Amino acid sequence: MSKNNSEYLIERNDNVYEVVIGLEVHAQVTSDSKLFSSSSTKFGAEPNTQVSLVDAAFPGMLPVINEFCVKQAIKTGIGLKAKINNKSVFDRKNYFYADLPQGYQISQYKYPIVGEGNVILDMPEGQKQVGIERLHLEQDAGKSIHDVDPSNTLVDLNRSGVALMEIVSKPDLRSPDEVNAYIKKLRSIMRYLGTCDGNMQEGSLRADVNVSVRIKGSTNLGTRCEIKNVNSIKFMQMAIIYEANRQVDLIEEGVEIDQETRLFDTKKNETRSMRSKEDAHDYRYFPDPDLLPLEITDEFIDLLKSEIPELPDDKKKRFIDEFKVSPYEATILVSDIDTAKYFEEVVAKMGKNRDMKLAVNWITGELFAVLNNKNIEIAQSPISAKNLAKLINLIKNGTISGKIAKTIFELMLDGDIDPQIIVEEKGLKQESDPKALEALIDKIINDNREKAIEYKQGKEKLFGFFVGQAMKASGGKANPQLINEILKKKL
Amino acid sequence: MTEITSLSLFELIKNIKEKKISSNEAAKSFVDRSEKSKKLNVYVTENFENCLKLSKEFDNNPNFDLKLPGIPIAVKDLFCTNEVRTTAGSNILNNFVPSYESTVTKNIWKEGGILLGKLNCDEFAMGSSNETSFFGNVQNPIAKDLVPGGSSGGSSAALAANLTPVTIGTDTGGSIRQPASFTGTVGLKPTYGSCSRYGIVAFASSLDQAGPMSKDVKDSSILLEVISSFDKKDSTSIDFKRNNYSSELTRNIKGLKIGIPKEYRVDGMPDEIEKLWEKGIEYAKDCGAEIIDISLPHTSYALPTYYIVAPAEASSNLARYDGVKYGLRSSGKSLIDMYEKTRSEGFGEEVKRRIMIGTYVLSSGYYDAYYLKAQKVRQLIKQDFDQAYNKVDAILTPSTPSSAFKIGEKSNDPVSMYLNDIFTVPVNLAGLPGISIPAGVDKNNYPLGLQIIGKPFDEQTVLNIAYSMEEKINYKNNITDWWMK
Repeated sequence: MSKNNSEYLIERNDNVYEVVIGLEVHAQVTSDSKLFSSSSTKFGAEPNTQVSLVDAAFPGMLPVINEFCVKQAIKTGIGLKAKINNKSVFDRKNYFYADLPQGYQISQYKYPIVGEGNVILDMPEGQKQVGIERLHLEQDAGKSIHDVDPSNTLVDLNRSGVALMEIVSKPDLRSPDEVNAYIKKLRSIMRYLGTCDGNMQEGSLRADVNVSVRIKGSTNLGTRCEIKNVNSIKFMQMAIIYEANRQVDLIEEGVEIDQETRLFDTKKNETRSMRSKEDAHDYRYFPDPDLLPLEITDEFIDLLKSEIPELPDDKKKRFIDEFKVSPYEATILVSDIDTAKYFEEVVAKMGKNRDMKLAVNWITGELFAVLNNKNIEIAQSPISAKNLAKLINLIKNGTISGKIAKTIFELMLDGDIDPQIIVEEKGLKQESDPKALEALIDKIINDNREKAIEYKQGKEKLFGFFVGQAMKASGGKANPQLINEILKKKL
Repeated sequence: MTEITSLSLFELIKNIKEKKISSNEAAKSFVDRSEKSKKLNVYVTENFENCLKLSKEFDNNPNFDLKLPGIPIAVKDLFCTNEVRTTAGSNILNNFVPSYESTVTKNIWKEGGILLGKLNCDEFAMGSSNETSFFGNVQNPIAKDLVPGGSSGGSSAALAANLTPVTIGTDTGGSIRQPASFTGTVGLKPTYGSCSRYGIVAFASSLDQAGPMSKDVKDSSILLEVISSFDKKDSTSIDFKRNNYSSELTRNIKGLKIGIPKEYRVDGMPDEIEKLWEKGIEYAKDCGAEIIDISLPHTSYALPTYYIVAPAEASSNLARYDGVKYGLRSSGKSLIDMYEKTRSEGFGEEVKRRIMIGTYVLSSGYYDAYYLKAQKVRQLIKQDFDQAYNKVDAILTPSTPSSAFKIGEKSNDPVSMYLNDIFTVPVNLAGLPGISIPAGVDKNNYPLGLQIIGKPFDEQTVLNIAYSMEEKINYKNNITDWWMK
């Protein structure tokens, strides 16, 4: 495996294999109520407290489409630069399971609401475009709980009927790193749009991973295996690595790969066969006669387009153009909508004499470190954008040194304190009066005559010693630039 | 004075409004007669006590502005009724008590109707003789051991026996019109989308439609006015301008063009049906209508199409009866075992047969050949009617290819049973309104019906033609109350 880029190759004997990956991402639509009923979708409620007669499939109950969920799906389609279909159809996917009250899932089979689109990934070696095959709306099932009662399975229907978007990629992904970038980008786009919160812990984003391998350079697709319902990027990557190697081993042994559905065992780090192609369900899809086809006019699509906020790719371009940040920095800043918002607020509050370099460094350096340590999101940042901007301005206008700024930053964490107040209360203002500094430096040179002579004789590294002494004598407040200038003159 | 129970709905309402009869007197009369008519087996669940109580409450605080002021009404047991057991004629819902009300029945109670009880029907409305009900056969009041038709067999029998002034049924392939024809009563299947399906136990969603059943045409117009409404809870409900069907009812049909489809002269049709139809044509002419020969070329495909589409939808609609959430649950060693036992014990033979057919026609590899093709043929059948309606205002056909048959006569021959629906299913496939009115008797004095099919949403014309012909036909049921003797 090459280290300098995101390529993932498997070498066995004289053969080099590449892995071909396609993802079916199930993203929970951000919506207060379910796809076909008015029940709440709030996470974490007591079991079976958010279940309507429709969700529990009582006799004679009928689904009624939630228009908001349709809008969310269209917006997501627009975010994926995809074709929005003027007509789509809800189908029934028939199968029996205890947590599927209707005995069928309402989904979209032949005619999805969103057609082909694409997503741009920023990889170390450059940009990569990943094709989107389709996006369709469907209902989530309930939850079977097997480990509470020793002899019974319990069913929680709170999730039954919650709206999901299934986003199917083309088999364009080639490595675990690309999968990581793809999921993050998808999540980022949907969070910008407010159509899915992307919360993987709460199950808002899960994926079925299709994996096949082939000799690098070949254009034929190998037989694929589908790994069902993986709920974290890390597990997706682990599952892909295991599965790709398993398939390569089989091919090298001359064994044919069975097209099958597999499960990833996170404890053992391996995939296991769930069912073979022969045992595949016959879902007997047919158009749901309880629902009319969804007809969406171009005017409606245009209206929703006008509501689309600036998306990560555009924002990145603007940050580069307007704020002169590097593409690398821009990628980091736009990856999460809250980071982008925070950055833009800092920029706004810095005012006319803004310093982008300082702003980027402070956010991606000091602030990110704190967020990482505390394991919190930037939306919960202990330091507001306004106060961080003030701190940066204090550095920029010479009131404090960068070193003092770090001390002040630590103090600010305790309740988002205004850095100006800290500077005043602690007397941390930088000493920038040349006369005072000259007097201070004169004294240091006097106290260290021998070293001064050595310096003049060519021992240039002693310059640092004098700077250090000056800073120490000033209690760290001396303006380092001025110290440098005066020392050069005096020595 | 005539007995209360033999009054038409219109007369009963009039008497109640004129305070000649109280709601409680009416309720008592129907309850008393029902108590004496248990042999007919029309009720699955009686609501007699509650009906008497509610009728008293109505009398204490009457509202005569309502369309059904204090009128006791029994309904088919396919409509979910709040706090009253709803079985759909099936063992699998034997213990099911809904906590909600169907829109159609809600409309009836809102206009002052009072629930008398829940009427027997074929299991999940699958049948043409009421013989598939878990709750036993229903006797046709016309003669002993005669089927009342189906699936709304309890409804037609209760009506013909004067156990309810009017009733409602559901019609997926003829389940209102065929039993009406078998019992000498009137049954109207409205345009698909007229009456909400919310709260009606589903059989085949794209075909199911509730409608009024009554002793005469005027009563059907009154009841249709009450039950037809746009409902947001049913996505297939249609928001169209509904007439005041009863006040706009007229016998003046002069100049209306009525089509006679030649394809309805099917092979082996009994002579008496042919003669009835001829007579019907003469009546229509007498009423001032113009008779025009038309062609509905795809008629012969209607029955096979229906028996693909309806079971396909049913196989999916009935998947929810799995023993997990409500209804019957048999114990099993595992989830699959529980499913199998519950559904084996909960469903009857005909329901199982249709689930099997439906599952088959939807399965991979067969979908295109059956379901998809059937949907295409369904479009052609619709187009047949569309083209016919360029030339005519309504269509006249027999309601059924035969009169009522004996209990057990066809129960071992499903295909011969399915042939009962031959004249009614095209109407469901095309989503049109159709009414069956009594028009004569066969050699055994069993009633025979004629069907009038209308344009979409043109229930008014259908009712007007029926109303006009009804007067000319002047049919009277000869009910001897044999079951009380």
